[in-house]
Amino acid sequence: MENSEVDKGRRRFLIGATSVVGAVGTAAMAAPFLNSWNPSERAKAAGAPAEVNLSKVQEGQLVRVIWRKKPVWIVNRTKEMLDNLPSNDPLLKDPGSEVATQQPDYAKNPFRTREGKEKFLVLIGICTHLGCSPTYRPELAPPDLGADWKGGWYCPCHGSRFDLAGRVFKNVPAPTNLVVPVYSYKNENTILIGLDENGEAA
Amino acid sequence: MQGLLNWIDARFPLTKVWNEHLAEYYAPKNFNFWYFFGSLALLVLVIQIVSGIFLTMHYKPDAEMAYASVEYIMRDVPGGWFIRYMHSTGASAFFIVVYLHMFRGLIYGSYKGPRELVWLIGMAIYLALMAEAFMGYLLPWGNMSYWGAQVIINLFNTIPVIGSDVSTWIRGDYVIADATLNRLFALHVAALPLVLVALVFVHIVALHVVGSNNPDGVEIKKLKDENGIPLDGIPFHPYYTVKDIVGVGVFLLVFFAIIFFGPEMGGYFLEHANFEPANPLKTPEHIAPVWYFTPFYTVLRAVTLSPFMGTLAMFGAIVLLALLPWIDGNPIKSWRYRSKAHTINILLFAACFLVLGYLGVKPVIPMLKELGTRMTEIYFMFFIVLWIHSKPGKANFVMWFLILAAVIVGIDLFRYNPEATDDASQIVWQWIFPIGYLALTLLLPGVVKSFNTEKIVPERVTS
Repeated sequence: MENSEVDKGRRRFLIGATSVVGAVGTAAMAAPFLNSWNPSERAKAAGAPAEVNLSKVQEGQLVRVIWRKKPVWIVNRTKEMLDNLPSNDPLLKDPGSEVATQQPDYAKNPFRTREGKEKFLVLIGICTHLGCSPTYRPELAPPDLGADWKGGWYCPCHGSRFDLAGRVFKNVPAPTNLVVPVYSYKNENTILIGLDENGEAA
Repeated sequence: MQGLLNWIDARFPLTKVWNEHLAEYYAPKNFNFWYFFGSLALLVLVIQIVSGIFLTMHYKPDAEMAYASVEYIMRDVPGGWFIRYMHSTGASAFFIVVYLHMFRGLIYGSYKGPRELVWLIGMAIYLALMAEAFMGYLLPWGNMSYWGAQVIINLFNTIPVIGSDVSTWIRGDYVIADATLNRLFALHVAALPLVLVALVFVHIVALHVVGSNNPDGVEIKKLKDENGIPLDGIPFHPYYTVKDIVGVGVFLLVFFAIIFFGPEMGGYFLEHANFEPANPLKTPEHIAPVWYFTPFYTVLRAVTLSPFMGTLAMFGAIVLLALLPWIDGNPIKSWRYRSKAHTINILLFAACFLVLGYLGVKPVIPMLKELGTRMTEIYFMFFIVLWIHSKPGKANFVMWFLILAAVIVGIDLFRYNPEATDDASQIVWQWIFPIGYLALTLLLPGVVKSFNTEKIVPERVTS
């Protein structure tokens, strides 16, 4: 204690070192708490493919099923609905389904379905804007949607519009077409949502 | 009694705190109507905490039971409906009071130095309050609760690259589910109330260091008598405690009238779609957030460039408010002594905020969609115009008018698509709103001098 002079450099180093160790410790402590917010094993397990029988879906009808707690729509489109699709093209943001994340490769065609099964459209019924479920409006030119309306979906949340292939119109908040999920046909009348020849959806 | 007080004072600064913050806290003597809302906000906070604690005693934070437990509170718990309506009406009352409190700060320049921190802490309270209100709205697990939360949490989805992981992390599931309800409940009843109370405490501590502003924007601490007491100051207690009691009386009259006669407020305080249980397969016909979020919600809907830009614009609209002390560089605080153009600017901003709020509860039809875009333009231009008004003597108003008008026209040309006939015709005629706003706030003071004259700020407060 004879030498009472303060070694400031040493003191600064000790304060700095203590602060760094304290900060690292706090960050390490935060990790388990933050991690506890991730989906639990139980939530992850509830994601198996959904099987749907198509024989009961009538022409023009939309059927909702749940897959991974999301609404999935299956629409049996009439010939008139399919014939009207190309006339929407100039009004659409992505008429050719160019955005690869919005459908599997086998659905990148004007009908957004598997080849040979153009009638049956399969979509995840969640708006690509902020995740509402748009309303099915198959009628032609209703007063609230205007004379150009050839049937499709209207999102009640923010007014996004989609045609009967789930393709998004220009000048609405939704940026991309509705998502076509991974799906396959088990047989002529049975569809498996969430499973195709490449295996289960991620 | 005095003996007990002495005993406490020797161990805890009770008398000191009482004096510093009430009996010898000198507030300007010219407070008016606008100064009721700070103490009222404190009252509503207490109402929310007390009614909330009692609701927690009957509520079940479980996706299977939540909706039924709220119905149980409403029908079976003795007086449960009263406590619940107090809490739900209190939420809306909180925002009414806070918006008026903020408007007071805006017109009298209370955010300016040395009160920047008071304003920033206040903005933090406002943000915490919005988070608290959003989380509370999920708890009844009605269909609007569910889909409202869906929209808000998916805002994080719009963040590039990490977005969907972030929103899954917040939900704790791939959709809004039991896990989400449970964690938002924990945040709503424990974490955020603690944060709110702490922030309110800091807000008041900071205020009592710098002292209150007043309708004249005069610093009363500059002129003091021989005892160091501001000449224009009066002790907060008893003068303002008594004044505030009048405010409390009127407020409670209105508050309980709403609870007893119109607790749903025609679907604005409690939305109709929330009287059916959450249904993940069916979105309500028309989704609208509760009224206090709708101005920012309209901004979100108006910016259609990309969803992330919409989200940024919405949060930007709030951040800009926090930056007011640095945007408005005019040394005059109160609008009483600033130019007429500044008064017009503030009034138009308030009107624009109300219209944005109205649009947020309406469905999107071309006319209203375009109006939302135009009001969003005005909302953001307000901050630029405010900045230009910082130096009214030197600013070249006509030049700024031409620059901002050119920006608006540029945006219009970018948006204009003659194929979408409905939207195009709306763009053409509603062009008048932003240009009219700029004409009144920039062209008018640039051409007519009397709209750009500022008055002399008096030494002492008036009346």
